[in-house]
Amino acid sequence: MSAEKTKSGIIKGILYLALIFLAVLCVVPFWMMLINSTRSGNEIMTGFSMLPGSSLIDNWNAVLDNLDIFRGMFNSLIIAVSCTVLVSYFSAMTAYGLACYKFKGSNVIFIIMLVFMMVPAQLGLLGFYDLCNKMGLVNSYIPLIIPCIASPGTVFFLRQYILSVLPKAILEAPRIDGASELTIFHRIVLPIMSPGIATMAIGAFIGSWNNYLLPLVLINQQDKFTLPMMIASLSSVKDIATNIGATYLAVAISVVPIIIVFCFCSKYIISSISAGSVKG
Amino acid sequence: MAKTTRKSHGPNHVDHYGFIFCIPFIVTFLIFSVYPVVRTFTMSFTDYKGYGVANFVGVANYSRAIQDPLFWDAFLNTLKMWGLNIVLQLGLALLLTIVFNDIKYKMRGLSIFRALFYLPNLIAATSVAFLFKTLLDWKFGSVNQVLLSIGLIKEPVNWLGGSAMTAQAVVGVVGAWMWFGNSFIMLMAGVQGISHDYYEAATIDGAGRWTIFAKITMPLLRPIMMYVAITSLIGGLQLFDIPYLISGTKGLPGRSLYTAVFYLFNMAFTNHQMGYAAAIAFVLFAIIALCSMVAYKLMNRKEEI
Repeated sequence: MSAEKTKSGIIKGILYLALIFLAVLCVVPFWMMLINSTRSGNEIMTGFSMLPGSSLIDNWNAVLDNLDIFRGMFNSLIIAVSCTVLVSYFSAMTAYGLACYKFKGSNVIFIIMLVFMMVPAQLGLLGFYDLCNKMGLVNSYIPLIIPCIASPGTVFFLRQYILSVLPKAILEAPRIDGASELTIFHRIVLPIMSPGIATMAIGAFIGSWNNYLLPLVLINQQDKFTLPMMIASLSSVKDIATNIGATYLAVAISVVPIIIVFCFCSKYIISSISAGSVKG
Repeated sequence: MAKTTRKSHGPNHVDHYGFIFCIPFIVTFLIFSVYPVVRTFTMSFTDYKGYGVANFVGVANYSRAIQDPLFWDAFLNTLKMWGLNIVLQLGLALLLTIVFNDIKYKMRGLSIFRALFYLPNLIAATSVAFLFKTLLDWKFGSVNQVLLSIGLIKEPVNWLGGSAMTAQAVVGVVGAWMWFGNSFIMLMAGVQGISHDYYEAATIDGAGRWTIFAKITMPLLRPIMMYVAITSLIGGLQLFDIPYLISGTKGLPGRSLYTAVFYLFNMAFTNHQMGYAAAIAFVLFAIIALCSMVAYKLMNRKEEI
């Protein structure tokens, strides 16, 4: 009996070690990045150290002198915040419209939406570019923000969400009192839906913040570059490309805000993925 | 007044508001989602360059795509990188799901591990690509330095500049590193969706934990695994940013990191052959749709048995 116990104890220990090893593998590249961003290019070339160096300020100056990285961050922030607001508000509105009213064509809209959820993004890329080109929207943020109004995946999730959390009877009382449908949506439906909207909003924010292909195709004016575009252009900035420490620091500046956000919202983020899988 | 109250129970007098609430979505969707796909499709039958006049060329772009060895090479590269990626990603996620659902060992710390495993998924692919490009540098990369110092390798490995195989393997492994946490969370959600009654009944019948896993958990998880695999295929065949950036936008070594979307991108925006690139997009889409359908059919057939 006790031999059996020790055996299972050992297996358990090995399993924990394996899990910790895997967790370390997930974190170590970021750790190396942070360490290296405090070391000078020469130090990095001679070997790796687990301890930070003393060149953070030099690297910082090298990055800021050559790359307007906070401008990129600001640009990305504007796009991601606007996109998140639009995704949240209009997806909730569409989902509410589809879930709580019976009107002709609602099924057609729903089916077309499902079909487009399976269509890969690259399929429309060239047509999208052509459209923006003809509308004079190259180097504008409009094509990166406005399409967020129509996010089929989010609408789909929120529609299921409304059906499970919103009793239709709740809408009758204000209707009798003469409240307009829009007021009902704003005052009653939105607050009830807010947890579901929050999970979707975080996903939308991160997706928009990390987006690369679309801005790459649409934006070529340096001062309008988003953060991922700036990171991608690092190797063409001579003073940064030749100083590996500065390269690491620039990448670190792009990564750290997301890690901080994650520390506070990891629960929501993870529940939004779980929700996505159940819908599948 | 009483009339309105009664009406709102039956076929609703406010039902047209449902449509009104959908209007912003419908308009935006038609302009920015449906139209671009239709436009790409019409473009694929022309010699459009992205500017100027477009001439109708019939299916010439499609027959060119089907015979274009460079496209198929790029497609094959994509497939190889995605293949390694999905095997590692799903395998690891499944293994972790087994470990965390084991009724004997009752592993703790799920929420912390889950968060740590998910972390790489949040980082922009551009940052990931640049980070690994720098860490895996042949001469000055920290990975080679660490491996050398602990004696695992005798001389620096040229991860990204050496052979096609290591470069593709790196992209596959980095992809798995980014995504396995995501798959793990989905599989865990799937397990939690399995009714406890099944497990109770099985335990009462004296089933061992391996039998329970093989006969209950696995079959019930299959739809979600399929879902993860299909969404990963849709995303994976569009693999672009990591190979594009990790190879310094060149697709080296020896075009091994050239992916299908990478090829499409260069065709459209460097070579200005929009029409041909559009045809490539649809060929790629046809392949993805076909694979998804086959996978879906296979899944349903197995469930019937």
